[in-house]
Amino acid sequence: MTPSACKIKINNLLNKAGLLELQKKIKEAFEVFDHEANDTVDVREIGTIIRSLGCCPSEGELHDLIAEVEEEEPTGYIRLEKFLPMMVKVLSERRYRPIPEDLLLQAFEVLDSAKEGFLTKEELVKYMTEEGEPFTEEEMEEMLSAALDPETNTIQYRDYLAMMVIDEN
Amino acid sequence: MGCSHSVHNETKKSEKAMKAAVLIQNWYRCYKARLELRRRQALNIFENIEYADEQDQMQLAKFFAFMLEHYVKNKSSADNLPKIFNPEPKRKSDEETIISLIEVPDTYYGPRLKFPLTFADVVLLIDAFKENQILHARYVLEVLLEAKKILQQMPNIIHISSTVSKELTICGDIHGKLDDLFLIFYKNGLPSGNNRYVFNGDFVDRGQNSMEVLMVLFSFLLVYPNDVYLNRGNHEDYLMNMRYGFTKEIMQKYKQHGAKILHLLEEVYTWLPIGTLIDKKVLVIHGGIADNTDLTVLEQMKRNRMRSVLMPPLVPAVFDPRHGHFSHELPPPAMLAMEQLTKYEWDQIVNILWSDPRSRKGCYPNTSRGGGCYFGPDVTENILTKFGLKMIIRSHECKPEGFDICHDGKIITVFSASNYYEEGSNRGAYLKLSHDTTPRFFQYQSSQITQAKTLHERVDIVENAAFRILGERMIIRKTNLIQAFRKYDPNDTGKISLSDWAKATEEVLELHLPWMSLCPRLVKTIEDGYVLYNMGFKDLPVVRAPKVAKAGMVETLVRYRSDLKIIFNIIDKDQSGLISMDEFRAMWKLFCSHYNIDIEESHVDQLAHSMDLNKDGSIDFNEFLTAFDVVHRATNKL
Repeated sequence: MTPSACKIKINNLLNKAGLLELQKKIKEAFEVFDHEANDTVDVREIGTIIRSLGCCPSEGELHDLIAEVEEEEPTGYIRLEKFLPMMVKVLSERRYRPIPEDLLLQAFEVLDSAKEGFLTKEELVKYMTEEGEPFTEEEMEEMLSAALDPETNTIQYRDYLAMMVIDEN
Repeated sequence: MGCSHSVHNETKKSEKAMKAAVLIQNWYRCYKARLELRRRQALNIFENIEYADEQDQMQLAKFFAFMLEHYVKNKSSADNLPKIFNPEPKRKSDEETIISLIEVPDTYYGPRLKFPLTFADVVLLIDAFKENQILHARYVLEVLLEAKKILQQMPNIIHISSTVSKELTICGDIHGKLDDLFLIFYKNGLPSGNNRYVFNGDFVDRGQNSMEVLMVLFSFLLVYPNDVYLNRGNHEDYLMNMRYGFTKEIMQKYKQHGAKILHLLEEVYTWLPIGTLIDKKVLVIHGGIADNTDLTVLEQMKRNRMRSVLMPPLVPAVFDPRHGHFSHELPPPAMLAMEQLTKYEWDQIVNILWSDPRSRKGCYPNTSRGGGCYFGPDVTENILTKFGLKMIIRSHECKPEGFDICHDGKIITVFSASNYYEEGSNRGAYLKLSHDTTPRFFQYQSSQITQAKTLHERVDIVENAAFRILGERMIIRKTNLIQAFRKYDPNDTGKISLSDWAKATEEVLELHLPWMSLCPRLVKTIEDGYVLYNMGFKDLPVVRAPKVAKAGMVETLVRYRSDLKIIFNIIDKDQSGLISMDEFRAMWKLFCSHYNIDIEESHVDQLAHSMDLNKDGSIDFNEFLTAFDVVHRATNKL
């Protein structure tokens, strides 16, 4: 076998192993919500599954993904056999990549119109519940519980982001 | 022009703000999703273990049958039959006499109840429980006795009608969580003539305040017998209580009076109705149904003969196709003092108390729990049609949101014990039904501690608790696990692949969990994708045992601790907490043979002798079993 053929063969083997790993990862996340062990999950849980696999689609993008795989009859369910190939594609094409830290910081800075290095509680709540793809009351409360500095009633967003990064790792 | 330029800037600015908002929202939702997955995984672990435990019960039930056979073969009279298999029906005057002999000392500062109870008494009781007071045994017994009298007058299935003015609230499992009960009363009001309640079973076990919950519910029953309805759950069963904590709570709180309370409680349970029928259309039962559920049979049987799911009625030797073996022989009629249900009737009740709905069609044995069935939407449809029902409201299964709807809206699950497995594990819920409208659900999650923590902290708590339990399971089966690992390591390298580790662990523990992703969290000795399995136990909890005990025996005793407790309680005829050395030896032999355990007799003797602290030939089995336990390293908490 020529060196270049060898290289291609090795790459193919690695890809195959990589594909199996990927499929296993997706299956395990799916199974957490597959309550009856029949390779089906409720469509309302699909967003959590996709996001827990490291993808960050917006609500709109999520809606499109669901439309691709949701069962027609009966509606409300998604089967593994449709979900798996779609998710493999999404992950291997590296779509909906998570947002890098510096971009997040910039986003907070954009909202911080007074350029003070923090957002007031009212400002954050207004933006998160009125703009973009608004938070529910519950989501807002949860974010505030970790983000809000109770003494100043502000969100020190640099510190908050730094803490979240540590939490994740 | 200045005008349009600034408008253009404004638009650009708000576009930027919108994009920034979306970015942040997006990121936060991803973060939240990852935490949610971890929380669900932890819940799955809890659930798997809970159901595996319930399965063990069924083995225990078979062991009792085995024990009974053994006695029947070897003894000729009923005298030696442990009382538990052959209880004498109690005489009313006996009970009341016994209770009246208990004096409430002047030093008792808890609530003093006067019968017949009034609303004021119950309020007094609630206030006292909020102050963590314990109701005196005398009053507990009186409440139980009065409750029994009322319950005896009720049919097996109570028929009620919903009316426009009097709303009906339905609550699910409470499991001794008094703060959840109080939270429901706070949000929804105390029970009364205008505020009717149905409590759908499982009032006790697991939580710390089963007695207080029971006292509050029974007291309301006594004050409003036509407006408060209590259905029996699978935990309203004196043998279940031995395993799941209520018996322990009673003995701790009531000491010398505990035994009397347990006796009366056993009987009161059997008089709880098994269901409630609203407007002849909505059936409220604790567990579920089976394909052969027959409301007529359920309404006609003598429900008080159903003592425990672990005590099936004895039938002539018949081949049981479901389990593939012959059931046991019938002892001579003279041996049995108390009437039994027929096997058919008994199965009907067990299905009502233990079954779970599933999306798969048909009716199958509930293999997770070991009792009752899994029933599909077709079964639901058939039963509803057959009996002219609109829907079934049931409980029995913990749901993350406190309630769940399935089978096309025909089966509703309502579960009222929030944080059931651990702080932050799930919400509780109750529902309200008014005449002909769809049910409305109300959710809550009790605990001041939960509110003060962030999402991340709450998930950590649930996850850590789940891993602790898994760790306990693993250490108890250490010998078997190492044996299984060695099979994958023929060259004795001490290492096996991650996927072999996962396979072996699943085989031994018989728990279907994502072992590959759990491995790094449980076992910290992984190198290059290989698990150093011998060392993998060093971060797990430790088994504590008396020094003389040999390793194999220790693991067996810890693993079967709850079962053994129940068995010893049964042998202990006079409820003294002591059994003789002979009884212990005989029991242990039977136990090992039935459970296929290989233990040397000399080890058992040696151990038993060392436990005979008074050297008088008797063993305090509670102490004996407490000596074997799992201890967590960091805090030495059990």
